[in-house]
Amino acid sequence: MTETEAVSGRGTREDNNRGIPASGSTTKISARNFSFFYGEHCALRDVSLEIRRNQLFTIMGPSGSGKTTFLRALNRLGNLIPNTRHEGSLKIDGVDVYGKGVDVAELRRRVGMVFALPVALPMSIFSNVAHGPRMQGVRHPKELEEIVEKALRDAILWDEVKDRLSDNASRLSGGQLQRLSIARVLALEPEIILLDEPTSGLDPISTLRIEELLWELVERYTIVLVTHNPLQAARIDSKTAFFLMGELIETGSAYDIFTRPKDKRTEDYVSGKYG
Amino acid sequence: MRNKETLVQWILAIVALSAIAVLALIIIFIFKEGSPIIARLGLTKFITGTKWSPTKGMFGIFPMILGSIQVTLGALLIGVPIGLATAIFLAEMAPPRTSRILKSAIQLLAGIPSVVFGFIGLVILVPFIRQWLGGPGFSVLAAAIVLGIMILPTIVSVCYDVLKAVPPAYREGMLALGATRWQAIKMVVLPAARPGIIASVILGMGRAIGETMAVIMVAGNATKIPVSPLEPVRTLTSNVALEMGYAIGEHREALFATGIVLFIIIALLNTLARIVARPEKV
Amino acid sequence: MTDRRVTLLFAGITGLTIVVLVFIIGYIMVNGLPGLTLSFLLESPREMGRTGGIFPAIVGTVLLTGIALFIAAPVGILTAVYLTEYTRDTWLPKVVRFGTESLAGIPSIIFGLFGFLFFVIYLDLGWSVLSGALTLSAMILPTIVRTSEEAIRAVPDAYREVSLALGSTRWQTVTSVVLPSAKPGIMTGVMLAIGRAIGETAAVIFTAGSSLRLPRTLLDSTRTLPVHFYILAREGISLENAYSTAFVLILLILAINIAAHTIMNRLTGKER
Repeated sequence: MTETEAVSGRGTREDNNRGIPASGSTTKISARNFSFFYGEHCALRDVSLEIRRNQLFTIMGPSGSGKTTFLRALNRLGNLIPNTRHEGSLKIDGVDVYGKGVDVAELRRRVGMVFALPVALPMSIFSNVAHGPRMQGVRHPKELEEIVEKALRDAILWDEVKDRLSDNASRLSGGQLQRLSIARVLALEPEIILLDEPTSGLDPISTLRIEELLWELVERYTIVLVTHNPLQAARIDSKTAFFLMGELIETGSAYDIFTRPKDKRTEDYVSGKYG
Repeated sequence: MRNKETLVQWILAIVALSAIAVLALIIIFIFKEGSPIIARLGLTKFITGTKWSPTKGMFGIFPMILGSIQVTLGALLIGVPIGLATAIFLAEMAPPRTSRILKSAIQLLAGIPSVVFGFIGLVILVPFIRQWLGGPGFSVLAAAIVLGIMILPTIVSVCYDVLKAVPPAYREGMLALGATRWQAIKMVVLPAARPGIIASVILGMGRAIGETMAVIMVAGNATKIPVSPLEPVRTLTSNVALEMGYAIGEHREALFATGIVLFIIIALLNTLARIVARPEKV
Repeated sequence: MTDRRVTLLFAGITGLTIVVLVFIIGYIMVNGLPGLTLSFLLESPREMGRTGGIFPAIVGTVLLTGIALFIAAPVGILTAVYLTEYTRDTWLPKVVRFGTESLAGIPSIIFGLFGFLFFVIYLDLGWSVLSGALTLSAMILPTIVRTSEEAIRAVPDAYREVSLALGSTRWQTVTSVVLPSAKPGIMTGVMLAIGRAIGETAAVIFTAGSSLRLPRTLLDSTRTLPVHFYILAREGISLENAYSTAFVLILLILAINIAAHTIMNRLTGKER
């Protein structure tokens, strides 16, 4: 069975954003001719796309396609590497991410990020989730407890860890750890959540839980998910963009991408011709 | 928040500069104090003069330069083969557990204060040499042996790290060709580790030249040029330490000038070590 | 040579190294133990140290080392933070690194000369606890910088990324995530530096002086254990007390070194 059959087998979704109010359909993220360079190497070329508020937006592509670079450009984490530069514009709520006077720490609070490999900060489960709010100046224990509980509940992790919040977070399983990473981001009440191949190291069941969680979270957040796995993009079945070698090849609903790809390269990818 | 970050960065940069500030102060103060007498006597006369007699206004430090070189070379002759052999044993031959324990033990040797080394030399080595080899006991040989032991930990730990950094594939390749372990070490591992080993030798050299208290206690400190390893000797460092306590005027300047010469020798050695060790680093 | 013979030879040489170590420590212990009594530790020396104890020298050593650490540890750790976390490719870190590496190679007698000229005479602090401590702090600074730098570099980048991605500033990331993770490694470096400071003679004798009295202020001269030991041994005042002083000195340093190595071994053990 090919991936396209898998998608069509689950039926068509005209609007992939379930239950989103009409007012949420304004533009949240917009890229115009955006390029990103590591030294001389151009990792992202002339990308233009729009992501709407409360949209679950999937970026898929093979490794080296520039999808992670795009994600890291959104919260300026790509700039941690020396000798990077960009061209074109990348805006959130109409404000240029790279504009003068942008407070990077504040930007990163608003644009949360979940990494490919789940990382436990070397502290307790509680402190992992409380880390962000604490850095924002939340000190009151009661307030922190409330934030942590809410974030853990939203990440569907609360019931599993509520009795051992003071345990070292590195004791959690991979799937739990990745939900902890999501809780850590949620605790900051961000507007956008970026997920960089969040399930690449997880077993199928943990992967499904995370995918379901995304559909719950998108009612309150704008979510950008990066995956190298076409099957996952098909399963998630959201608005999807296909990146290849630093270029945006096409965007469309997962259904369109998988059943009626406009570009030959997209077709090759979804039918498994690229690693 | 951003302003605070910038402030933090500036404060850190200023704190970080304190190391270079200390270095600058050391150079400025020692050169300011020691250079007038070098200028007055002339550099060549100062470093090639063979007579050191402060009361007569004679300041030639050639015997001390030679003394430092003799003692240091002697220390290397003793410390390098033993240190390298120990490092090879620990890195290539010993079982990991033994190796770890022995390595920690040798590191403890590095923690023993230099005065203690000097003292052991004084009460054991010096009488031994006097009795069995002749001479006063206080000698180039005694100083070289004490320093050779003192540089062992440096040589062992640097060589060990360098040997461990040689990719295992090198060894395996040789062993797969039917070479014995020793052949693999001799023909592949040691050549690959050579820059690092040389760097360890230079580091050890720096330590030996700079050592003061241990040498004073066993070297005898005579200001004439020794003709045999059994005769007493005075090094640059001992010269400074022995007479600093009571030197005044020109005499004191001459001691600081001795410090300048020592400083320059060490700086040259460090530069050399940095150049030699560079290909290993990346 | 056959493999077996080479191995035996090298094992023998390694054994020799260990024997020397054990001999030195053992010799000092055997000779120093008889004179080591509580009153030796708690009394002041009499007749230049021929009789009496070493209490002022213990106080002097602790004061000098403590103050030196109080200065060098923050400066060294912050320098390491700067070198690892804050450097973009500018000239400044290169200069700083050159400075610390050069300082590391300078022999202690040069530090002694410098301390004498700068702290004792130029700043007019005289032979004093303060002069000695400041000189020692300059001397141990490179050790602390280097070991802290290694410890901080060993902290996984992922921690930094996560913390930064959560909207923390760099400094917040350093204080809340990086330094706590690097703490055992930094502690090891600090202990090695303490060991070096305690055993130092040449840099201290010209800056702190060699007064046998108990220091009352930081501007009083004092004498540390190695200086006391050196004077006792070299001037032949009392071999018996010299042995006992050396014993105390070695015990102190061994304790600190063993603690440092325990931390280090536990660290590397965890990584495996």
